[in-house]
Amino acid sequence: MTELRASTRAMHPARDSEPVIELTDVRKVYDGGSLEVAALRGIDLLVEPGAYLAIMGPSGSGKSTLMNILGCLDVPTGGTYRLAGEDVGTMDEEELAHIRNRRIGFVFQQFHLLSALPAWRNVELPLIYAGLGRTERRARALAALDHVGLADRADHRPSELSGGQQQRVAVARALVTEPALLLADEPTGNLDSSSTEDVLGLLAELSAAGSTIVLITHEADVAQAAGRIVHIRDGLLEEHREGPE
Amino acid sequence: MRFTETFRFALQAVTAHRMRSLLTTLGILIGIAAVILTVGLGQGAQKQVAGQINALGTNLLVITPGSSTGAGGVRGGLGSASTLTLADARALASRVVAPDIAAVAPVSQASEPLTAASTNWTTTVVGTAPAWQRVRGRTLLEGRILGQSDLDQVAPVVVLGPTTASELFGVRDPLGQTVTVGSVQLTVVGVLASAGSAGGSASLDDQAIVPQTTAAQRILGGSTRTSAQSIYVSATSASALPAAYQEARTELLNLHGVTTADFSITSQESLVTTASSVSKTLTVLLAGVAALSLLVGGIGVMNIMLVSVSERIREIGLRKALGAAPRLIRRQFLVEASVLGLLGGVGGAALGIGGAALLPGLIGSPVSVSPLVVGGAVAIALAIGLLFGVYPAGRAARLTPIEALRRD
Repeated sequence: MTELRASTRAMHPARDSEPVIELTDVRKVYDGGSLEVAALRGIDLLVEPGAYLAIMGPSGSGKSTLMNILGCLDVPTGGTYRLAGEDVGTMDEEELAHIRNRRIGFVFQQFHLLSALPAWRNVELPLIYAGLGRTERRARALAALDHVGLADRADHRPSELSGGQQQRVAVARALVTEPALLLADEPTGNLDSSSTEDVLGLLAELSAAGSTIVLITHEADVAQAAGRIVHIRDGLLEEHREGPE
Repeated sequence: MRFTETFRFALQAVTAHRMRSLLTTLGILIGIAAVILTVGLGQGAQKQVAGQINALGTNLLVITPGSSTGAGGVRGGLGSASTLTLADARALASRVVAPDIAAVAPVSQASEPLTAASTNWTTTVVGTAPAWQRVRGRTLLEGRILGQSDLDQVAPVVVLGPTTASELFGVRDPLGQTVTVGSVQLTVVGVLASAGSAGGSASLDDQAIVPQTTAAQRILGGSTRTSAQSIYVSATSASALPAAYQEARTELLNLHGVTTADFSITSQESLVTTASSVSKTLTVLLAGVAALSLLVGGIGVMNIMLVSVSERIREIGLRKALGAAPRLIRRQFLVEASVLGLLGGVGGAALGIGGAALLPGLIGSPVSVSPLVVGGAVAIALAIGLLFGVYPAGRAARLTPIEALRRD
């Protein structure tokens, strides 16, 4: 991982001096016909490179909306969002797809691996959309699998892997593009306790190696793994300095 | 993203559900096979008809009396009048009057019983001139054709069609034998070669050709002494046919002193045109049915693509989250639908070509399969897949990744 990060730094030296996430008064209003629902009511958030942040909140708190905006799956209706220095608020679908591909690595609760493809084919997917050649894709996919400790499972299909292993493959897929931000949405929600520890351990390793991670969860003990915890309630953030620093 | 990757994704999706893909392509497969077979049948029939008509004679115009315009009053119908005279035929034969006409043969004919030794046989007795052979494009099996001297001398000679000859004489050589028509004894001087095996040629092989003068004065009698039932004219070449037509028409109008034609001229070209327009109509009709089955096949592709899109909502959402732009998702599903169409097209082409090889043996009709039609049919199948993939692909491209990913 250290090598991967180092190469990213070499390629984008300017970006490390800027915050990975910079939310300024971000609002999101859903237009439900006659009724307007304010899901986010003015969020300010700064995440520096290398930070490990947990966002906690019950369902209906605006947590999912915030995750969608952070992941560039949705755009705010007010305020600005700068991701690694780029203002994503004005981007169209095409540009958003491009920035998701280059800057964000997603880890989902349901893993979202394609069941027909072996592990390494799943991991190379983002590289296909990045337009890389076959040889380089395979090399990088195998390196990423090696990173999460699954080099020997590269040719296994998801159904032949345990839940924890599947989520590790998903993490490898998130890392393979060397993104500025690793966005994990309830990554342990579908895992048993030992697999949970397994995946959280992996995230901790990645964080120690310099990755910027945002973890979204409703479980306090999972959030404890992060260096910094923010709570979202009724579309507003509250920060408590309670995690181990 | 490279196109080869899009193609690979499409192939993966198609092969992931083999049975479903097979059933989906079946509609297009049957449609394409039907198109190839119906067009092949139509073209085969056209070729056959054209071949038969060409066997009637080369660059042939047939002039028959009676007006096709029906200019008032009760008319006896085509051919009932005796407006074509032997003088007309002689005038048309002039190279000065009609430079594009190569040969002219007046023809009068009737069905008469022929007797040879102990056998008799009723056939068409044709009274005509030596040019008949050239006009009808016939060759001789043995003996000679009629000569001008036969006409001048009102010679009692006859040339038999091959069927007539074998009916009257069996395996014996008919040359020099005597055939009796009514009270007239005719000497057989020649036997025609068969006009070919093309269907409908039976009557061409069963006739007795006698000099026009002999027929008019001694066998047929009546109006045939001065007039011809029809005049066969051959043009100098196929391209000269329209000119020959005009020359014949102008000359006959002049000779008859009329402005409205009291005769009609048909060309083999018009016969070919009529015959092929009939088979074209049939082909269009059958192709219409085939096109309908292609439409149904296309709707089948659209249906299964829509199912595929809704089944793979999570996959689409994931691909979008990983950086697939909407246009890439659209392209992937378009290629997938095209692959289904193409598979149906190739399968249908194989089935059609196989059917074209088997069908003539089963129904006795020639089937003519051209590479152009096969290539066109496969291209149509591909286009159908593409066309009916547009809507499902658009739906896939418009899916929002958020909702797609949240599904369980």
